[in-house]
Amino acid sequence: MNIAIVIILGVLMLAAAVTALYLKSLSAAVIAAGAVSLLASVIYLLLAAPDVAMTEAAIGSALTTVVFLYALSRMRGTKKEDPRD
Amino acid sequence: MIIQIIVSIGALLVLIGLWGLLTRRNLIKMIIGFSIMDTGTHLIIVGLGYRKGATAPILDSSITPGTHFVDPIPSALVLTAIVIGLAVTALMLAYAVRLHSSRGSALIEDFKENTL
Amino acid sequence: MIKRFLAIIALLGAAAVLLPFVLKLPTEEALPGLASEYIENAPGELGAANLVTGIIVTYRGLDTLGEVAVLFAATAAVGLLLKRTGNEGGVSHWRASEILESGGGFLFPLIILYGVYIFLHGHLTPGGGFQGGVVIATGFLLLLLSGSVNSFNHTVMSLVESFSGFAYVAVALAGLIWAAGFLDPRFLPQGDFGRLFSAGAIPVIYSLIGLKVGAELIGILDAMRCKVRREGVTA
Repeated sequence: MNIAIVIILGVLMLAAAVTALYLKSLSAAVIAAGAVSLLASVIYLLLAAPDVAMTEAAIGSALTTVVFLYALSRMRGTKKEDPRD
Repeated sequence: MIIQIIVSIGALLVLIGLWGLLTRRNLIKMIIGFSIMDTGTHLIIVGLGYRKGATAPILDSSITPGTHFVDPIPSALVLTAIVIGLAVTALMLAYAVRLHSSRGSALIEDFKENTL
Repeated sequence: MIKRFLAIIALLGAAAVLLPFVLKLPTEEALPGLASEYIENAPGELGAANLVTGIIVTYRGLDTLGEVAVLFAATAAVGLLLKRTGNEGGVSHWRASEILESGGGFLFPLIILYGVYIFLHGHLTPGGGFQGGVVIATGFLLLLLSGSVNSFNHTVMSLVESFSGFAYVAVALAGLIWAAGFLDPRFLPQGDFGRLFSAGAIPVIYSLIGLKVGAELIGILDAMRCKVRREGVTA
């Protein structure tokens, strides 16, 4: 098991997480949050937990993103933009 | 060493998610923060079950008597927790959609008690 | 600004809670007692090659039953919150591209087959009811996105969901009668280790969980999506 790979994946995850919180576009933020989950599933695979990796890849990064995007598409027409987010 | 790195990443993710939950004002961003927190917690739990040089707890022909396994219990717990996480996220998003359709806004300051 | 200061204090508190996890890690190579007990006894007791499946379905079976119940409650709440009142959502001129339309129809049976494969082999390979159910839900999602169906038959879906939930509890009770206890899968023959028909009732239970999870996730997706009538689609 390569420590360097885990560190790279972890740094990418943290960067994606911060990006998800500070991106202006909500749909881009949702995709960034999905990337956090996808990278987490790779880490689970490296941690010898293939069951968890499968679940995280299928649920965390696929279905959660879809549910978020469906919710976003139903929340169109916000009166004012968020000035800070 | 490897467990330390994994658990640190998980703890940092929990903190990032909590920060998002507390400081973001858009409901969607808050829910994203919650799901990041979720991922961080799962990473901590799975990381605590890892052992150096251990293989996945699945028995097949390549397993010899001396093989070490990782702890299967955290895997089992996290597996169910991920599914529950999706259900809870969907529930929160459903509430967000309803709040948005009642107020026409997704910002948290529009939902102060005296304005409702 | 005071809000941000309070958030920082909360963050420091959370960091103080999490710090012991990072500093006091399990240093010994050996697994904790319960885990090594499971690893030692599970293959002989259950005959399941995938120990995680054995733990989820059997030793921690009650947790899983409760989890499926929570999933059901959450799905019901989502459906209740997003109940359609009349004809909201306008007519959309959006139409799926031809590649998505024909590709969706072609891939749908393969995805369903893959999902069924995953939950039938849950006791042998990584995967199981939860993953298989999600894959099946993904197949239905593709069908929705490609526009070849506009709505699902709710009677069939609730029938599948209630049948699998009922059968799950029935199998668990069968374990109470013919084996050692509630959710004990050993009332069916254990079979040859590593074959599809082995490990007692574990594949049966996990298949039922797969059907239930799949039906519930399709329910969530169906409730969340924006209902728009598409022009030019005759489903």
